[in-house]
Order: sequence, then C-alpha cells, then structure tokens
Amino acid sequence: MTQNANLLSIKNIEVIYDHVILVLKGVSLDVPEGSIVALLGGNGAGKSTTLKSISNLLQAERGDVTKGSIIFKDERIDKLNPSIVVKKGIVQVMEGRHCFAHLTIEENLLTGAFTRTASRREIADSLEKVYNYFPRLKQRRSSLAGFTSGGEQQMTAVGRALMAKPKMILLDEPSMGLAPQIVSEIFEIVENLNKKENVSFLLAEQNTTVALRHADYGYILENGRIVMDGPANELANNEDVKEFYLGISGAGRKSFRDAKHYRRRKRWLA
Amino acid sequence: MGFFVEVLLSGLMAGVLYSLVALGFVLIFKASGVFNFAQGAMVLFAALTFVRLLDILKDSFAPITLSLIITIAMMVMLAMAIERLVLRPLVNQPGISLFMATLGIAYFLDGFGQTLWGSDIYTLDIGIPKGSIFILESVFDGGILVAKEDLVATVIAGLLVVTLAIFFQKTRIGRALRAVADDHQAAQSIGIPLNYIWVIVWTVAGLVALVAGVIWGSKLGVQFSLSLIALKALPVLILGGFESVLGAIVGGLIIGAGEKLSEIYIGPYVGGGIEYWFAYMLALGFLMFRPQGLFGEVHIDRV
Repeated sequence: MTQNANLLSIKNIEVIYDHVILVLKGVSLDVPEGSIVALLGGNGAGKSTTLKSISNLLQAERGDVTKGSIIFKDERIDKLNPSIVVKKGIVQVMEGRHCFAHLTIEENLLTGAFTRTASRREIADSLEKVYNYFPRLKQRRSSLAGFTSGGEQQMTAVGRALMAKPKMILLDEPSMGLAPQIVSEIFEIVENLNKKENVSFLLAEQNTTVALRHADYGYILENGRIVMDGPANELANNEDVKEFYLGISGAGRKSFRDAKHYRRRKRWLA
Repeated sequence: MGFFVEVLLSGLMAGVLYSLVALGFVLIFKASGVFNFAQGAMVLFAALTFVRLLDILKDSFAPITLSLIITIAMMVMLAMAIERLVLRPLVNQPGISLFMATLGIAYFLDGFGQTLWGSDIYTLDIGIPKGSIFILESVFDGGILVAKEDLVATVIAGLLVVTLAIFFQKTRIGRALRAVADDHQAAQSIGIPLNYIWVIVWTVAGLVALVAGVIWGSKLGVQFSLSLIALKALPVLILGGFESVLGAIVGGLIIGAGEKLSEIYIGPYVGGGIEYWFAYMLALGFLMFRPQGLFGEVHIDRV
C-alpha cells in the first residue's frame, strides 16, 4: 500500500505522564484507509496510551505527547481538543466500555451523535443502522445501560461511537471480561463494519489470537516501543509471536526457566 | 379542618421556595457530580445584583426587564469564569477537591457581592402582589387564608420545574448533561466538550438561583441571610435525592409542610421551635433508612 493511502499515521511519538513517567518511547505506526490494524502487547506496554494520544484523552490523565506527530488525513491532530478530534472523524471506544450507566441504551447511542449537526431524520437513520448491526441492542433499547450485560455494554459502546459517523474507530480492548463467544461475535461485527461502512479500525488487544484473525496488519508493542510489525497472517505464523503471545511453541513444552530467560534477552534487545 | 388545610398550604408554599434553592444544587450535582456549596451564595449574588441594578436603572424605560437582562448576563459570565478558573484545572480530580473548590467560590461570592453592591438590607419590589386572600370559601367555613406572593411563587416554581424536566429528558444538550454526570471521560471520548457543558450547567444553576433569589428577596428583603437558605436546601436534598429534579420538589414540599404542621400540632407540647430543627431530624432519619433519598439514583454496581 502506498504511503499517501494512510488514513492515520503516527510518527515517532513520545508520551510522558506527570512530566516524569516516559510511557511511549518513539512509537510509529500507520493505519491505511479501510483497514483493521491491531496493536498487540501485554499489560503496560502502552497500547491504551497510544490510542489515547490519538484521541487526546491523555490530557485528563496528565499525559502529554512531547515528541513526534500524529497525522490524520494529511493534517496534524495532536494537541487538538478531544471533541474536535471526534468531529474530524476519530472516535475512541474506551477500555472497560464506559457506558453511561444511568442512561438507557438508546440514549447512550443518541449521545454518540452529539458532535453531528444532522437532522432528526438522519440521526434516526443512523440509529436504525446501529440496531441493524446489533439487533440485541434494539431489544434492550429502553433498559438502563448499567443493568445490561458486559457484551451488551460493549456493543453499546461501539454503537455509540458509530453514531458519530466516524472514519476511524479506536477500539481499546474490546474482549476484556467477555465470554469467547461474545468476543468473536463482536469481532465479526467489527469486520462487517469495516467492509460495509468503510470504517477503519485501530484495535488494541491482549487477545492476540482473535485480534490477528480479524486484523489486516499488526504491530507488537513492548515497553513503549514497537518491537515487530507485519501483515496479520505473517505475525500469526511468526515463531516468536507464537511463543510469546499465542502460547504455542515449535519444540513442544519448554521449561519455564528457559522461556523466561529467552524472553528477557529479547526484551533487552528490543 | 379548614385550619389544617390552611397550615398545610402555607407549609407547602414555603416548601416550594426551599425546592427552588435545592433545584440549583441538583442541577450541578447531576451534571458534574459536584456538591455545589456555593449555590446559596449564588442566590445572594443574583438577588443583590438584581436589586441594586433595579435601583440604578429606576429612571430608565423598563427597569425590571433591563436589570433582569443584565443580571442574567452577569450569571452567564460568572458561570464562564467559574469554569475557566476553577473547574478546568480540576478535571478528573476527586469529588472532594471540587467540593472544597465550591466552598471557596461560596466565600468569594459572598464577599465579592457585598463589596460590589453593599451589605445593607434592600427591599425588592417587582410587582409581585402582596397581601392575602381567602380561597375555597365554598368548601371550608370562612375560607382559607393564603398569601398572594406565595401563590405567585408556586406558579413560577412550577413552570421552572417543568421546563427543566423537559430540558434534561428530551433535548440533545440535556442528554449530554446527564452523560457527563455519569462518566466524564466517556463523554469526552465521544466528543462532548466538557467546558461547554459546565458553562451551560452553571448558567442554568445561576438562573435558578436568580429566580430563587428574587422570590425570597421580595419576601424577606435581600440580605446576607439569603445565602444561608442553602442550609435549608440540604435536608431537602437528602430527602428527595441528590440527582432528582422531582426529588428536590417533593422534598421541599414535604419539609415545608412538615415544619409548619409539626410546629402547630406538636409544638405546644414541647414548647415550640420545632420549625427550626424538624427538617434536619427528618434528614437524619432518611440518612439512616434510605440514604439515596426518595427519588435518588441507586448506585448501579455490576458485580
């Protein structure tokens, strides 16, 4: 894919929390238009921070992008107010769903259209579209979001983001705390949205298996650096990825002590 | 029987005024989860501004309308200043920090208002009819005596409440306000600008404070003690629930009626003065048995 087909490209960003804690140490990545890109890595690798630096929700957590640039549709978007980023077409679905517990499902969805200056008619059409993708939400449209299941909340959060008619959705850990069946259901819908609505996704996941199954391209983040990247199917077949993230080893079972040593060395090299 | 109804009615109407003050608290609490200690000071500030402007502009062609417009503009500016100087630097800080900040705002406004406008007692007359009338003479022997100004206040408060309820439940901005109340960060993530929402909510609270201040002020005179009616709003909130507009109304009515009835019917046995502590005792009882209040939101916790 050519360079200018990138919808979003992050160049060498550094993020510091509270003026002292360096979390991202020069991360660069590209999201081509109409693709699903997965950002993989363990706890504390910097996945969420990367997403939040794009949507600029970092500020509220006293985080700051100190170096590098974030370019969306040939325009720098770092340092923009979060609501302007949404208006430009990027919506983040935060880790842990964050539905508005005391609003009904339908009200949750409607708040998603806040930034749009659309007629009632258009909003109603969007709502109908979301219900088409998530029929389950339609059944539960008038229940309070706080009383719905985790899967329904995740669907609400994604649906709410869709209501803003985004070009791109930043999806943070959609599989968190959900049953495998629900996880694959949600990923199916993500893939569907990607194909039919032409929404690009940047997806932060710990569940490497599922993420690589549905993504086009993947980046692996460790300790605030990208340590590996490639097309999803290549990553899924890479020996190191298999061993560290997929729990499959070529040489059968391995002593835990060996694995730890090897891994530690790798991290230092990274 | 006629006497009972008379006491009840006068209590209910006093309650409406408590509700008006409590409403201001509810609005800000709903939209930002902050208990705004400065609501009483805002009532005083709005009333002081209004009454002094009325005096300055008394020779103009429409003193009441003009002072009202200028006072509203002042309340909007106040809301913007509070957002810019107090709330914005405190985004994502715990509720208690914000509460302490509103304490600061309260003392500032008390002082600032009185420095600006003077600390005398001003009488406020905007043409709310004074005096009392007898109503329902056909039902009760001798009719029921009510104050006209209480009737007017009740009607105004009723209108205000209906407007607010529609605003919160049905409009796009109202929905966004409730969303912000639930989860700041999530609201931000879908593009609701917090700064703008806070200006709106403090403006609305300022307007409610203005209405409360004008009504209370024309009843009691505009003076420092107006800022203390905030203390009466506290039991109303505990009774009705901090998040509920309806709760503020019903709570106010119950407390108003309860005060008067208990004073008249129980007072003589214990030497009177029940009016002054009845509300707080009732609130204490509620705190023990129904801490979320009558209409408050039960905290939703998924396990």
